[in-house]
Amino acid sequence: MNVAREPRFPALGGSKAVKAGDALKHGVLLLASFLALAPTLFMLSTALKSDEQYAVDKLGLPTAPVLDHFRAVLLDSPFLSWMMNSLILVVGAVGVSIIVSCLAAYAIARMEFKGRQLLLALNTSLMAVPPIVMIVPLFVLYSRIGLISTYQGAILIYAGLITPFSVYLLTTFFRTVPKELFESAHIDGAGDFRILLKIVIPLSAPALVTLVVVNSLYVWNDLLIAIIFLQDDAKRTLMAGISVFQGRYNNQVPLTMAGMVIASAPMLILYISFQKYFIRGLMAGAVK
Amino acid sequence: MQARPDPSIFPRRGFTARFVQRRTMNASSRFTPYLYVLPLLALLAFVFGYPLVRIFEFSFKMVRGVDGPWIGLRNYELVLSQSLFWESVLHNLQLLLAIPAMIVISLLVSILLYERVAGWKVYRVIVFVPFVLAIPIIAVVMKRMFQFSGPVNEVLRWLGLDFMALDWIGSSDVALWTVMILIIWRESALGIILFLARLLSLDESLIEAARLEGASWWQRVWYIILPQMRGVIEFYAVVSVITMLSAVFAYVYVVGGGRGGPGTSTVVVEFYIFNALIRTSLPGIAAAASVLLFLVSVALIFPLFRARRLANEQEA
Repeated sequence: MNVAREPRFPALGGSKAVKAGDALKHGVLLLASFLALAPTLFMLSTALKSDEQYAVDKLGLPTAPVLDHFRAVLLDSPFLSWMMNSLILVVGAVGVSIIVSCLAAYAIARMEFKGRQLLLALNTSLMAVPPIVMIVPLFVLYSRIGLISTYQGAILIYAGLITPFSVYLLTTFFRTVPKELFESAHIDGAGDFRILLKIVIPLSAPALVTLVVVNSLYVWNDLLIAIIFLQDDAKRTLMAGISVFQGRYNNQVPLTMAGMVIASAPMLILYISFQKYFIRGLMAGAVK
Repeated sequence: MQARPDPSIFPRRGFTARFVQRRTMNASSRFTPYLYVLPLLALLAFVFGYPLVRIFEFSFKMVRGVDGPWIGLRNYELVLSQSLFWESVLHNLQLLLAIPAMIVISLLVSILLYERVAGWKVYRVIVFVPFVLAIPIIAVVMKRMFQFSGPVNEVLRWLGLDFMALDWIGSSDVALWTVMILIIWRESALGIILFLARLLSLDESLIEAARLEGASWWQRVWYIILPQMRGVIEFYAVVSVITMLSAVFAYVYVVGGGRGGPGTSTVVVEFYIFNALIRTSLPGIAAAASVLLFLVSVALIFPLFRARRLANEQEA
């Protein structure tokens, strides 16, 4: 556990009282960590148990780990195609949103035009409107024009829902790019689009990575839009899929848990591999 | 630098020199900004603008299929006279009780992390995990953990707390409290993330000075750290109120087995709207309930902006 390289407060570690306090702090953090991990640990250990073992032993570690449940999930249920659907939506929606947001945030941050403040205020207010409010008219419209259960229809909605936050974050970030860079580029004859592409976007890579993380999490994890707008079995997303899946295998807990392990694996693996970006993304995304 | 044109020839004030220069270079550049924001306007108009206009229209109509006749306030009368609607409102309000617990837990953990006890970075990675996992996944796992014959009750019995071993999921008196535990568990991670971000921007010298003056841990937290965190705590509280009233669908959908069950014990306003739209195909009713929810969220936008401004000012 001793990986902290950060400077610690110098006054620590002196008297006995301080040591007792330190132990208490560790105690609290250990408890918090246990609670934070408990569902993940339960999910992992149960997925490896046989049905027989789970029936008599719910808490212990798997005595004879079995992989049958994982095989059953992957072969007998459409988990992989659900994941594929979710991935298509993430790529589509995050892609559309990033392009739209970069263009708009550049104009809002770096150009003077009428209605600029109004647009930014409007955009920011939309961050607080609950998605459920937009659903009724969009559902009726989509039913009429045949966009229910289409990727493009869902991508459009997701892109719209994540864009206000993206514009907000990018505008703030673009404003921190030094003005002199723009001026000298203008004098060199670079157009706005070239400046955006060659100067602003490369300089904003950290903010863009943050956005991709936050927005991908949102789209990947969403259930509401997915179950309303993608009702066709072939278009079902992972989150909509597992809420059906869990009902079907209500009594087969180890099998269900194997499904949940597979469903949470992509984000957990990404989180562990790119902690730095996730933590930064989560911290920025929290402002939402 | 190049010589700039005399700004006095331009009547409007407040233009930056850069812009003045650009305007003289290229007359069409006046329209360029609009070209850049056009895709945003189109997207927001479609996903927010159109629905927000139509939702009001629908709420006054008896919509069958895609449209229908005007019926005045009948939809609102129907919604407001339905006990299920009021029950769902009450459930959303009950969820607000989770917020104080979330704030206390998040404060405690974030302050301990901020003190950089050995291994704090590992602890940080772990306590953020609930926010990375998707709500439906967590809800499915927790539902199994809280089953009557599940591991949670097994631990409680083992601890001799048999009276605590409730039918967490299957009893209509308890189910919403179980949803609340789940919400506290996950949303506290957001609080920790937010508070830690704020704490890391604090001026450490003040805290260090207090320590050298002999201030105890509680005194430092109470008199020095907490006052500086007022803004971010208020912000988190407002965001959480918005969440409890309008963004708990995924929790109740899974825990309530897609029916808001057992009985109607976990039906919230979002689920009421979902039911009216999808299950009973009454878009007019769903629209009226959506308008009511929208008005509540508009009322909350002002405290949200105030809190965000306060939080940003404190940070600056």
